[in-house]
Amino acid sequence: MPLAKTFSFIKDKFPESVYDVTESSGEQIFHIRSEVVRDVLEIFKEKGFNFLADITAIDNLTLGGFERYAVVYHLLSHDSLERVTVKAYVAEDKPSIPSVEKLWKTADWQEREIYDLFGITFDGHPNMVRIMNPDDFTGHPLRKDYPRLGNKERDDYPVIKPAFKRK
Amino acid sequence: MDQDYIKSNVLTTTLESAINWGRKHSLWPMPFGTACCGIEFMAVLASRTDLARFGAEAIRFSPRQSDLLIVAGRISIKMMPVLIRIYEQMPEPKWVISMGACASSGGVFDTYSVIQGIDRFIPVDVYVPGCPPRPEGVVDGLMKLQKKVGKEKLSDYTTSNTS
Ligand code: SF4
Repeated sequence: MPLAKTFSFIKDKFPESVYDVTESSGEQIFHIRSEVVRDVLEIFKEKGFNFLADITAIDNLTLGGFERYAVVYHLLSHDSLERVTVKAYVAEDKPSIPSVEKLWKTADWQEREIYDLFGITFDGHPNMVRIMNPDDFTGHPLRKDYPRLGNKERDDYPVIKPAFKRK
Repeated sequence: MDQDYIKSNVLTTTLESAINWGRKHSLWPMPFGTACCGIEFMAVLASRTDLARFGAEAIRFSPRQSDLLIVAGRISIKMMPVLIRIYEQMPEPKWVISMGACASSGGVFDTYSVIQGIDRFIPVDVYVPGCPPRPEGVVDGLMKLQKKVGKEKLSDYTTSNTS
């Protein structure tokens, strides 16, 4: 099915939840509400976008946008070699979004990475824990209001004195 | 007994210098390579510079069998507890070489996740500058450490909680 048909189909199905559809470098970008992201991506998958190339996130603190955070999904169709981008906007006060781990297994670790770095929780994810930072780490480093030098995590270790002192 | 026979078979020295001589010529390194410096450390062991000439060729990947910790590479906040644990598992006497800008000072990585110099948390004996240090630099660092080991006094070793 050609891309355009899928687009109008989704716009008709979720009239409330599609903020906007824009185009960049010949690629369609869907701006949607986070609540419907699973349903929208499920439709895209049914219509032939079988491959989830990447998930990433954006902190719009200084950029401006529909909401503070955007979770970005890059989809690819292996049949028609078309690509589409879905941006799901997540509110600042309760940053959570449905997980798509059930649709694409690859979303598992990528969603954990976004949780680790942006603090956006993915509802329905089987194992929503940090993937790279230490388990006892607090804070989410890729948020724009996180200080570059951190909150003293790097200074917070016991100082080991030599067991024997050389005079 | 024949005087010459004794002369050619008996050496007199102090126990201290005999022990130090043995220690400094058989340093067993435990390489802690976490980044590009770790790759350079492989070149230190390879034939061109060949650390074996200085008695430090027995690379032990077990801290319990080694007495020289060579930290080569940047240490992240997740790696620091591991490094501390490995340092504590090494038996005394033990020495530490901090190889490269990252291990010594954090290098260019002044971010939340990189330790700004391992000497903030564990004692370091020799710092080798460079990014990465040339193999010759590491050999120079090892020779400096050997000099340091040779000058140690057994009486210098006092437990830290009694002094
Ligand atoms: S000092 Fe340079 S070569 Fe060594 S770990 Fe750091 S960046 Fe890599």
